[in-house]
Amino acid sequence: MRQRRAITAYSFLAIPLVFFLVVRFLPTLSAFQLSLFEWNILSENKPFVGAENYQRLLSDTNFHKSLLNTVYYTLIGVPAQLILGLVIALLLERITFVRGLLRALYFAPYVTPVVAAAWVWQWLLSPNFGPINGLLVELGLPPQGFLTSPAQALPSAAALVVWQNLGFQIVIFLAGLSAIPRSLYEAAAIDGATGSQRFWRITLPLLNPTLVFSIVTGTISYLQLFTQVVNLNFTDQGGPLGSTLSVAVYIYQMAFGRYQMGYASAITVVLFVIILIITLLQLRFLTKRIEY
Amino acid sequence: MRASKLSTSLAYLVLLAGAILVVFPFAWMILTSLKPFAELFNLTFWPEDPTLDNFRQVLGETAFLRWFGNSLLIAAITTVSVLFFDSLVGYTLAKFDFPGKNIVFVLILSTLMIPTEMLIIPWYVGVVDLQLTNTYFSILFPGLMSAFGVFLMRQFFDAVPNDIIDAARIDGMHEFGVFWRVALPLVRPALSSLAIFTFLGNWNAFLWPLVVIQKPELRTLPVGVALFSGEAGTQWGLIMAASALAVIPVLIVFAIFQRQIIEGIALTGVKG
Repeated sequence: MRQRRAITAYSFLAIPLVFFLVVRFLPTLSAFQLSLFEWNILSENKPFVGAENYQRLLSDTNFHKSLLNTVYYTLIGVPAQLILGLVIALLLERITFVRGLLRALYFAPYVTPVVAAAWVWQWLLSPNFGPINGLLVELGLPPQGFLTSPAQALPSAAALVVWQNLGFQIVIFLAGLSAIPRSLYEAAAIDGATGSQRFWRITLPLLNPTLVFSIVTGTISYLQLFTQVVNLNFTDQGGPLGSTLSVAVYIYQMAFGRYQMGYASAITVVLFVIILIITLLQLRFLTKRIEY
Repeated sequence: MRASKLSTSLAYLVLLAGAILVVFPFAWMILTSLKPFAELFNLTFWPEDPTLDNFRQVLGETAFLRWFGNSLLIAAITTVSVLFFDSLVGYTLAKFDFPGKNIVFVLILSTLMIPTEMLIIPWYVGVVDLQLTNTYFSILFPGLMSAFGVFLMRQFFDAVPNDIIDAARIDGMHEFGVFWRVALPLVRPALSSLAIFTFLGNWNAFLWPLVVIQKPELRTLPVGVALFSGEAGTQWGLIMAASALAVIPVLIVFAIFQRQIIEGIALTGVKG
């Protein structure tokens, strides 16, 4: 009986296991392996170079720039979307009238195709014909370069990503909030707890699993930022002077712009290690705090 | 809770102001798509002389419909495949005891941490080796199953009472029948939220289709629209019209499933 169960289980799992093995695990191993070779995909030769690709990374200023930018995206993006998302979710919880409509409005950017959103953003922030600069001029303020300015391009791009993710973040928080038992708030109200006490002592601690989920998945997605960055400036990917270049875009440029597969693979390995370390640290550090 | 009247009005005020800011880019896209060429660069919000010319041009003079169809086909096939396989795996992991179960679960879950960029180079090399570039199969194979979905479905099947499953087994139902006809209908909210996220993810898929497809007629919608500027100069009216049209399927799917999305997430794994 036990054995028959096991056979059934593995027959259900057979195709998916093959899929995950062939489409996820073997390519991962293959990326590690490729990173040790110098390989232009167009040539037959594929000399083994050992750690040379990794050494090259140490002195590659473009790579350093992309890494710093990616960290910057993550450090702005994740907290911004968490705080805005939580505030809006809490406000939405308070209201009843047109709640569904407002929720849908906040969700609209999330369902806007990423490429389309990037185009609209370019238009809105355009120094020449953008309505935002139009408004600034009307208010007597100097027009800004936004995406065309090396100093402002990165925050402008980050704003696009936050804008797009906000709706999803709100939905996640609404779900987390709805799982908190009402009775806890009632008990706290009877004990005379103030609104801010209720927030810090009940809402936030009980929202911890949701926060952990959002922080971990949000960080992973910011570390892999690609589509928005590429589409904000398709002809000059990575923006003015590489000011918006992310690691993922740099990998793409190296692999499919210059066909340096080995070097690009080395960058992917570094990205993988960074994601792994950060995720494990976050899970360890953040989930520990639940036990209070 | 008497002071709450003031704070409720304040909540409305903040929410409304925020919603206007958030929706502005979206509204700008739609309204610009209705502007005639001469009006495009006017900074007026409403089109003075609204026209459907941009839409006519996008539909008539570009490969837009083909790309739209490609994306629809790929998103649909992927969604069906993910729903089927992810729920089968999630069910097996939740309702069967077998040696190696935890290893299987951890292995599948760990793939969430592998960045797509890392996989793309080996995938590309493999597709070139097998001479599968410029095929529908090459665009869609990476998305046929997802670790996120397996995790989501396992959480849901965990909550399905064992009694129901055992009763069906005692009635002599085949194991696959128990899954398909008894367990699966019980997790419908999870299926609809998984369906939406999968559909949206694949409708938006950009990096891999950009890499693996060279033939213009096989492009997916995001890639086609992204390359609009190169092919015809930056034609803002066309881009805005194409973008507005690209939103429609997602909006339809979202409008139908809005409630299930939130229920689906509320009931799941976000709780850890």
